[in-house]
Formats: sequence, structure tokens, C-alpha cells
Amino acid sequence: MSLKIDQDHSRFRAIVRGKIRQNLRRYISQGELIGRKGKELVSIPIPQIDIPRFIYGDKQRGGVGQGKGDVGDPVGGQEQDGDDGQGQAGQDAGDHVVEVDVTLDELADILGEELELPAIENKGKNRIVSAKDRYTGIRRVGPDSLKHFKRTYKEALRRAVASGIYDPKDPIIVPQHEDRRFRSWKEDVEPVANAVIIYMMDVSGSMGDEQKEIVRIESFWIDTWLRRQYQGLESRYIIHDAVAREVDRDTFFRTRESGGTMISSAYKLCGQLIDQHYPSSEWNIYPFHFSDGDNWSMDDTLSCIELLKTDILTRVNMFAYGQVESPYGSGQFVKDLREHFTEDERVITSEIRDRDAIVGSIKEFLGKGK
Amino acid sequence: MPISPNQADLPRYLLVEQEKIEAIGRRYGLDFFPVVFQMLSYDQMNEIAAYGGFPNRYPHWRFGMEYERLSKSYEYGLSKIYEMVINNNPSYAYLLEGNSLTDQKLVMCHVLGHVDFFKNNFSFRSTDLDAGEPITDPVRKRGGDYDPNRRWIDKMANHGSAVRRIVDRYGIARVEQFVDTCLSLENLVDPWSRFVRRRREEIVEEEPTAVEVPRLRSKDYMEEFINPEEYIEEQKKKIEEAREKKKGRHPSSREQDVLLFLIENAPLERWERALLSIVRDEAYYFAPQMETKIMNEGWASYWHSKMMTNDVCDWTEIVDYAENNAGVMVTSGGRLNPYKLGVQLYRSIEDRWNRGQFGPEWEDCNDLDQKRHWDLRLGLGQQKIFEVRALYNDVTFIDEFLTEDFALEHQLFSFGWSNRNERFEIDSREFKNVKERLLSQLTNFGNPFIYVEDANFENRGELLLVHDHRGVDLRNDYANETLAALVRIWHRPVNLVTLSDGKKNLLRFDGKEHSSRADAP
Repeated sequence: MSLKIDQDHSRFRAIVRGKIRQNLRRYISQGELIGRKGKELVSIPIPQIDIPRFIYGDKQRGGVGQGKGDVGDPVGGQEQDGDDGQGQAGQDAGDHVVEVDVTLDELADILGEELELPAIENKGKNRIVSAKDRYTGIRRVGPDSLKHFKRTYKEALRRAVASGIYDPKDPIIVPQHEDRRFRSWKEDVEPVANAVIIYMMDVSGSMGDEQKEIVRIESFWIDTWLRRQYQGLESRYIIHDAVAREVDRDTFFRTRESGGTMISSAYKLCGQLIDQHYPSSEWNIYPFHFSDGDNWSMDDTLSCIELLKTDILTRVNMFAYGQVESPYGSGQFVKDLREHFTEDERVITSEIRDRDAIVGSIKEFLGKGK
Repeated sequence: MPISPNQADLPRYLLVEQEKIEAIGRRYGLDFFPVVFQMLSYDQMNEIAAYGGFPNRYPHWRFGMEYERLSKSYEYGLSKIYEMVINNNPSYAYLLEGNSLTDQKLVMCHVLGHVDFFKNNFSFRSTDLDAGEPITDPVRKRGGDYDPNRRWIDKMANHGSAVRRIVDRYGIARVEQFVDTCLSLENLVDPWSRFVRRRREEIVEEEPTAVEVPRLRSKDYMEEFINPEEYIEEQKKKIEEAREKKKGRHPSSREQDVLLFLIENAPLERWERALLSIVRDEAYYFAPQMETKIMNEGWASYWHSKMMTNDVCDWTEIVDYAENNAGVMVTSGGRLNPYKLGVQLYRSIEDRWNRGQFGPEWEDCNDLDQKRHWDLRLGLGQQKIFEVRALYNDVTFIDEFLTEDFALEHQLFSFGWSNRNERFEIDSREFKNVKERLLSQLTNFGNPFIYVEDANFENRGELLLVHDHRGVDLRNDYANETLAALVRIWHRPVNLVTLSDGKKNLLRFDGKEHSSRADAP
């Protein structure tokens, strides 16, 4: 049932949307939303929008209460709800906070608008189609199982009335062969886009909790955005130190190994994943790699670059490398990548200094619409 | 979702209950408008509650905000709206679908109390649409036919369609923005203006009369000592100067109904004036409810508990009733609950007047023991509370009946902000402090006193407002925003004289910049 209030409500939501937009950076760098990711909705507390008036300042004001307690004891509780929403005596204005639920899709849209992210060019779109049958039409021939009784009856009734054999006192209608109508279908052709994100993270000793938190927040937002663009997005997670292995999402963000770093191991595994599961003709593939930029040796870096050139880049939409600044890492890897792929638009690199840099980094990664 | 005035949509068994309860109420002497109950689902209830009780209001986002808040707290089980009743003749009241029968009966009893209050309390006389202005004898004599026009449901709906017409013409964005501006000024009204003649008809003469200095009475021979010539001259000059200063001054005396002043004097377009008038009308409609919150809720609670426990509930229902009643009366976190304070005050009055604990003998008695056993068996309690519910508002109610004994017995305290601990703390249990704090909070509905002082400030067509400072500063950021709203209506710079941290301060907004200076006039 539609309520009258709906219009007022939707305008309020629009105002809230503006508020969310202003604060987007804050929400993003807090990363508080991720805990709720299991649900379709994220709750964002926003201050209730107050209409400014001439009112008393709060702090000089105080009030009167009832109950036990000595002078100097704190007064608990903030707001107490009356039942009719009108003026409340004897209370000071507490801070009202409304929690607004925003769907992840809506949030992704706001993110997209705010960061001016382009809609993504869909690689598989024109090549892969799936056909779906929809029963939308009517025709005169068909199997009995598709017979449309109502339409058949209507036809019979029309014929009976037209030929004068219809008797309102004895309204029996007998459908004849030519009255029969059948459902017919139309084939809808829908382009299908499949996408997979392959997250790779360096979990060697130099990646601390703060670095992982940054990766966590950033990958959440990337995930949110890409999910908005593709239905049925798949995610795969690879962690590596000197060796790489595939893990589930939970492990991905929690594991802390120690040891050396062989980035090439992750790239190899990534290539294998693509080979086995994601033929590039059907899939949009987005590998994201996060590390502190400290690789074991120059040799390994060179083999990484080789792997990228021959194995990965040919098959993916883009390859993103995010380098989180860490007190231990040398941060060399990003320079090497940039040196070798200056001309290549498919490789996007970004350096993430701290949480505040996450927003900018997302824009660097997704701003090209690949 | 049309709300029709017919009662047919109330289930039969509830109509029967209503009839019974109304008969009981009449027996107790309650005197109410006809009541129309309607059953609503929770989302309809939330919608109507968001609209302040009216099924049809003008469109505005804040109702949507309120709706969101209400439906959230309902969905999460934080609160639900039990009852809602509108001051209208006939009065409309809403029942929540799915409540137990005991709850519905409780609500009906409670509502009867409210409707009796609407009809009989003097401050609600200002909502009579057929009263004519001003109402200088608001106290209605008992008995007789009193059937005022309070068709506010229709009036609000008319406001709604008027605003929608304006929206159709000027667009929702523009209209809503202007309504926001008006709402910023919503509390700048003069709640008593319906009951007094604020503006005297000024006799316009071509020339003002010559200045006459009032003289003290004296015998002839004392005249030059009691009214010395120099002094009279001095006074004459002063009066003339004051007159000169006031010459051409508009308004001629300060005006508390800022909204009315703006409607009459600000350079507004027709539709803007219409919107401002609507906001003002509605502010005056809600004013009596705000100034009698404690009394009104207390009265309704007094009667629901009396009727439920004496007459309505049978033994299967009493526990459910008690549990619910306890929920309404609860004091959480030490905050004052108007329902509870109100009902306790009525009971205290009833008890005192039953036992004759009033008047000079009682006041002068210092013997505690004698006071404790004071009982003249006057039995005037019922009569007194009916009188009180007609003649008082929250301020006078608290002022007169909240005694030291009451404050002690009910553990009242005052609290304030502690800078050291950054929290609100109990700062006193002294009766004087508690009562002062409570009264100052209720005075003018807890709004600051703001007056229009001069519409041609410094001879530049600027508006000058004065804040009558009574111990508490204005909230600064809000004051600046409100000045900006005033500029949008006045179209010239607006100034406000107030005190900040004990120093005189002139806040000013000229349409571009906010400024403040200390050398206020």
C-alpha cells in the first residue's frame, strides 16, 4: 500500500543522500561498514536534520529529573520518547541520531557519482549471450499444455454472441476448434557479463595490521563498486609470502605470516586460476594486488613483469597494483612496475599512504572504466 | 488511505467498550467532545503520527524524517505508539491494530481524559476557530452548551491543499525551501496574544499633545520644593527626547509575535505570505498542547488508572493493565516523565484538599507532627482537581502545587552540565533550585523571548530584534542560521541584540556575512 508519507519520506532520503555524499570520505576511511557486509543493507548513522531556531545553548541549561542519586552523580539516558511527538517538558535536546539504511547498490551509486567513476566498459557483453523464453504472446496453434483457457473461452463467447446462439438464461459456451488459443513465447536475448576479482595480498612479515586494514577497506569498496556493475561477481583470494595459496575471504584478511616475499608466486597462481576457471572470452577479470612493495629479489621482480606481460595482461580487463606504505617495506616494486609499463593502460598502480588516501586510490583504480 | 469520520470501521466489540467507558467517564464528571476512534495498522499509525496526528498535512520532508524515526523504532521494538488523539471537535483518536483488548480499553480511558482536558482547559480556548479575537474571558462557565468549532482536521487539510497548489505553481524545491525558512521562525510567537489585547487602538492625532510632566501632589506653599521648576524642565526634556526617538518608530512597542509582524510588514510575495501564515496558524494550534503537556498527560493518566482499576478491568486483565501502566509511568535515567509528574501532582492535590491541607492555617503550622496527622475531612479533592484542570497551565500548575514536601517525596533534583566531567550531573536537591529550574524550563515553552524592536534600525530599513536574556545564552550557530532565515524574509540585514557570556552582543547578518559586535544599542 502506498502511503501519503512516502513522498515526504523520499525527499527526506534525498536530503540524507546529500549528507552521505558530504561525509563519504569519512565513512570510507572508517571502514565501519564492512562488518555488516553480510547483509544487503548498511546502516549509516546520520544526525537528524534539525531546523535551526533561536534556542538556548545546551550546556548552561540543565534540567530537572526524578530519582535516586547524590549531587555530582551523572544523569543517565538521553532522549525519552513521548507518545505524540509534540513538545516535551523538562527535557533538554539530546542529540538525535537517525540510522539510515542504505542498500549497498545505492551506496555504490553514491560512491560512483562522488568519485566520478565511469560505468565500466563491458568486455564480454557483445560476445556472450543467453537466450531466455518468455511467454508473452498468443497464437492459434500449439500443444494442449499451453492452451489459454480464458482467451479460448472469450473467443467462444464472442462467436456465440455474434452468431446469436448465446442464451443468457442458459449461458453454456462450447468452444470449438477455431476458438482455441495458445500461449506463445518470445525469445529474449540477454547479454551476459561475468566478472571475477582476484585479490592478491602480500602477507609477509612487513605487512602489519594497519596495512591489512587499509587493504580490507579498499577491497571492500572496490568489491562494492564492481558488484554494482556486474551481477554475480565472483571473488577469489590469494595470499602469498614466499609461496602463494588460495584462501577464503576470512583468512585473506586475517592471516599474518612471516617470511620472505616472492610476488611471482602469487602471479603464477593467478594465471593458473584464470586458466582453469575463467576463460577470458567469457569473463571480465580484475586482478588486484596489494603489497608493501618489498620483493625478495630483483630477479623475482623481473619474472613478475614477465608473467604479467605474457600470461596475465593478455587476458584481463586491467591489472591493479596497490602499494600500502609500511615502515618496513622498501616500496621498490611500484617503481619497477611503472618503469616497465609506462605505456600500458591496462596496468594501474596506486600508492596508499594511509586511510585517508583510500578514496583517491579507489579513484585511480576505477576511474578509467576498464 | 482515506480517514472517514464514520465509526463503522471500528469493530463492534470495541464500540461496545467505548460506550461503556464513556458512561463511566460521565459518571465521574468528565465532560468531553464526541470521540471518534479509528483502528490503524502500525504503518498508518506511524504515518499519521509523523504528521502530528493529522491524516492530511502539507508536504514537507520533516514529516518523512519523523516517519522514518517512528517506523525504525517500531521495527526494532524500541517503542510503539499506543494512542494518539487530536484536539478537534469531534475529537479523533487512533487505536493500534493488534493491541490486546486490555490495551485498547486503557487507551480509550486515557483518551477520554485528554478530550475532557481539550474541552475544559482554558488554554485550548485559543484553538476555537469561531471564537473571534481576542478571547479575554477564556474561563468557560461550567454547564451550558459548549460546542465550539474546532474543525482543525479540515483546516490542516485545507492548508495541505493550499500548499499543494502553491507547489504545483512554483515547484516543490522552492516551496519546501521557503517552508524550511518559515519553520526556523516557528517558535517566535506570542502564546498569550490570543487572550489579551496587545495592540491598543492608537488615537491618531494631527499633533501630539503637549508634554505634561506628572507632578507630585503638594500644598501650594510646598510646590516649588516638591516639584522644583528645574526638575520639571529636565523631565520634560527627557520625555520629549524619548518621544523624538520614538517618532516614526515601527513597531511602536516591541512585538513578541515576530511571525505576525513579518506577515504584515515583510516584502513577501503572495504565496510566501500564505505559507508563513500557515506555519504561524499551526504553531498557535500546537501551543496549548505544549504549555499543558504535564497537566494534560497527568490528567489522562489519572483517569485511565482510576477507571481501569475501579470499573473497567476484571481480574483477568488487571495484571496486563498494571504492567502497561508501569511502562508508561517509568522514569528512565532520571529524566522527568510528564505522565508521572502530572499524575502524582493531581493525586497530591486531591489528597491535600480532601484533608484540608491548604490555606493560611496549614501554611502557618510549624508543628510537623500536627501536619502529619492533619485531616479536616473536607472531601474537596475531586472538586479541586476538576477546577485545576480548567484553570491552570503547566507553569502555574507547577508554581502553585509543587510543594517542598512533594519534591522531597518524589525525589526531584536539578541537573546541569559539568565542564569538568563533561557530562550532565545532578547539581542540587534544594527545593528552591529544583523549582526554579523547572519553571524556567517551562516558561515560554522553553523558548527564549525574542522581540521585534525596530523595523528601521539605524534608519537603513534593517530589522532589529532583541533577546530578553534570562540567564541562558542562545545557541550561537543556530542563532546565526536563524538570522539568515530572517534575512530571506526581510530582504534586508537583520540584527539581534543578546548577551553572550554576560556581555552585550549584537549579532548581524547582511545576506553575505555574519558579524557580531559588542557596542550594541
